[in-house]
Amino acid sequence: MTETARDGAYDDLLDAIEDGEGYYVECANGHGSLPPRRVCPHCGSRDLTEEPFPEAGEVLTHTTVSVATPGFSEDAPYVTAIVDFGAVRVTGLVRGIDPEDVEIGTTVGIDVGERETTGERAVVFRPR
Amino acid sequence: MTHPRVAGVGLTRFGEHPERTGRDLFAAAGLGALDDAGVDPDDVDALYYGNFMGELAEHQGHQAPLMAEAVGLDVPATRYEAACASSGAAVREAVTALRAGEADVLLVGGAERMTNIGTAGATDALSIAADDLYEIRAGMTFPGAYALMARAYFDEYGGSREDLAHIAVKNHDHALPNEYAQLQKEITVEDVLEAPMVADPLGLYDACPITDGASAAVLVSAEYAERHDLAAPVAVTGSGQGGDKMALHDREYFARTPAATAAAEEAYDDAGVGPDDVDVAEVHDCFTVAEVLALESLGLYDPGEGITAAREGDTHATGDLPVNLSGGLKAKGHPVGATGVAQVASLTKVLQGETSWADDVGDAEVGLAHNAGGTVASATVHVLEVVA
Repeated sequence: MTETARDGAYDDLLDAIEDGEGYYVECANGHGSLPPRRVCPHCGSRDLTEEPFPEAGEVLTHTTVSVATPGFSEDAPYVTAIVDFGAVRVTGLVRGIDPEDVEIGTTVGIDVGERETTGERAVVFRPR
Repeated sequence: MTHPRVAGVGLTRFGEHPERTGRDLFAAAGLGALDDAGVDPDDVDALYYGNFMGELAEHQGHQAPLMAEAVGLDVPATRYEAACASSGAAVREAVTALRAGEADVLLVGGAERMTNIGTAGATDALSIAADDLYEIRAGMTFPGAYALMARAYFDEYGGSREDLAHIAVKNHDHALPNEYAQLQKEITVEDVLEAPMVADPLGLYDACPITDGASAAVLVSAEYAERHDLAAPVAVTGSGQGGDKMALHDREYFARTPAATAAAEEAYDDAGVGPDDVDVAEVHDCFTVAEVLALESLGLYDPGEGITAAREGDTHATGDLPVNLSGGLKAKGHPVGATGVAQVASLTKVLQGETSWADDVGDAEVGLAHNAGGTVASATVHVLEVVA
C-alpha cells in the first residue's frame, strides 16, 4: 500500500458517478448500501446487484461545519448532509446552494467534487 | 451474590495537561485506584485498558503493557478500543472475567492525551471514529455528526437550541464542586446560545472540551472482597453492550441510538432492575443533544420527552433523576479513552455518599453508566448498586 493506492470500490464508485453512471448496492429485499459489499448490512442477504442512483434525492438532515479538520480547513464553512435516494442514503458535501438555503427536504442529485483544501475527490450533492 | 465489587477508584484532574505523557497520566490514576482499594498490587491479575487515539496523539500503539509498567504491575495487559466507549468496553470485559472466575483482582482504566495536538488535530483524530470513506471524506466531524442527529431530532420531535442549552448549564453547575472537573465555571443559557457555532445547530458550549486525563478502578470478585474484608459496598450488577451500523446514514433513525437501548436492556436484565429503579446516571454527553439521545435510549424518558428534562430541572441534582452529577463529559471533560471508567468512578463515589451533592441526592442505591463510541455504533451500559 502506498498513499496513492486507490481505495477499490470507493474510487470505482466515484469514477462511475463522474461518468454519470453512479450506482449503489441493492439486496434481494430492497435494502441499499454503498460498495464494497459482499453481504447486505441490513438483512444479511448475499444476493446483491448494482442499481443506478435515482436522478434526485431529498436532504434528510444537514449541518454547516464551521470548525473543520485540517483536511477541510479551507473548505469551512461547508455543508454536510445525509440524502435519501430511496433504497440508499448517502453522506456528502452540499454544493451549489447557499448554506442558509439548505433545508430538510431540499432536492439534490449526487455528483463528485473536489475538496478546496486538498483537491481530493468527495461525494457532493447539487440542486436538481 | 457474585457481582464484582468496585474496591477503589482513581482519577487525574481532567483538563489541559499538554505536556503530560499518557503514561504519566495513567500512572497517577492507576496508583490512586490501587491505594484507594487497599489491595496488594501483587494480587492484581491483569490490566484492562481503554485508549482511542494514542497512535495519532502520541505515536504510541501497544499502550497497555506500557501502562501496566507505569503503575508497577507485571501482568498481562490489553488495550480495548471502541472509540469513546473504549474503557466502557474494558469494564465490560473485566466484569465478564471476574464473574467467570478467571480473575480475582483487575485494574481497569483508560487514558487519553489530546490537547498536545491542538483543536484541529484532536478534531481530526476524533473524526476517525466515523467511516473514513463514506463519512470523513464527506466532511463529517464529530460535532458535525451530532449536529446531523440534533437537526433530525428537532425535525422528528421538536425542541430547540435553548432546550439543549439548559443541559450545558446543568452539567456546568454540577461540575462546580468537582475538583477533578476541567470546567468549574458557571454558565448561562445566553452564554450557550451566543457562543460561536461549531456545526450548526451545535455551538461551542454544546460540545465537551478537549481533555487530557486518566481514570482507573480496581474491580474485585465478591469472594475476594469478603476474604480480605474490603470496604467495597458498590457492585457492578449489570453489564450490557450494543452495536450498530458504523455510518449514521445506514441507520433507520438519526435521532435514536438503538445500540444504547440494546446495551441498557441487557444490563437491566442482568441486574434485575428497570429504568424506574435508577436513582442516578452518568451518561455520555459528548454534546448536549447526546444526553437527550442517551436518556431516551436508556428508557429513562420516552422518545421526544428527554429534550426538556434539564430545562424542567428533573435531571439536576435537586431533581427526580440526577444525571451527570460529575459534570458529565460536557464540564468534567472527555479524555475519550478514560471516560467509561471515569463514569464508574464518579457513580461509585455518589453511591457511597461521597459527593458534594449528597444532601440533594439522598440515599442513591442504583446508578447507571452509559458510554458511547462514534455516533453510537458502540455502546456499553453498566448498572452499579449498593450491595453491602
